[in-house]
Amino acid sequence: MQWNSVGDFFAMGGYALYVWGSFGACALLMIAEPFLARRRLSEARRLLARERLADELDLQQKNP
Amino acid sequence: MRQSIVHWFKFASPQSFYPLAGRMIPWFWAAAAIFGIAGLWISFFVAPTDAQQGEGYRIIFVHVPASWMSMFIYLVMAFWAGLGLALNTRVSGMMAQALAPTGALMAALSLLTGALWGKPMWGAWWVWDARLTSELILFFLYLGFMALQAAIDDPRRADKAGAILALVGVVNIPIIYFSVKWWNTLHQGSTINLNKAPSMAQTMLWGMMLMALAFWMYSIAMALMRVRAIILERERHTEWVKHAVE
Repeated sequence: MQWNSVGDFFAMGGYALYVWGSFGACALLMIAEPFLARRRLSEARRLLARERLADELDLQQKNP
Repeated sequence: MRQSIVHWFKFASPQSFYPLAGRMIPWFWAAAAIFGIAGLWISFFVAPTDAQQGEGYRIIFVHVPASWMSMFIYLVMAFWAGLGLALNTRVSGMMAQALAPTGALMAALSLLTGALWGKPMWGAWWVWDARLTSELILFFLYLGFMALQAAIDDPRRADKAGAILALVGVVNIPIIYFSVKWWNTLHQGSTINLNKAPSMAQTMLWGMMLMALAFWMYSIAMALMRVRAIILERERHTEWVKHAVE
């Protein structure tokens, strides 16, 4: 291992901004994307549940 | 033989692909996490300091995987789009649509990490060189594909229009790949070559490969997650969808 201390590790030999900027940007976007996709899926499910409820109410009104 | 072909075609229907995708997603997330942790460990604690670039070279462990995936996802997306165009299968168009945002993300990450690497090493965030410009065009191809599909209301027509754009855009992939050979550029040559030994330390190579596998597994998990949402959106008036979602 080439790091003598934690500070050494975070300093990245003077390239901290560039190295942590790159890994940070990847982490940020690759954590955000699954959450957005998950939200899209639950939104689609919510709409479907609502449509089904509307269908059921329709059916009840037609044949009480 | 015939039996197995029929078996595979079964998954071409959204109805059977939806639950199958749902079952596969956790496995790809697990694989992405395992490869990612191992890759990060090697990236920061095993791979030695570079003789020329010091610690700055460590950007390679995210830059190369993101760049590879941005090109590979485009090829897969064009494949699905072309298959949908040729065979008119429903899931194909949905797969192409599901892959585009993740491909765009990878292209964006490639450009962003590239800029962060270019500044300390070349002294410029951006140069209009062949490799960088063709990667930027790839990013715009993804955005164009997504915008075109979003602009057309009928999903089947959107798939067809998108497929043509995706297939025409494929020509850009070999341009990106060979740009460092064809033109005189600031960008360094490819790290991995089929016909010669890699020009880097063994541990660096391992770290890069593990990170690439992690990005790959991540992309599959993302595409499957998104295709499930697209299936529900597009098939919402069918009977099976009404029963699939409790």
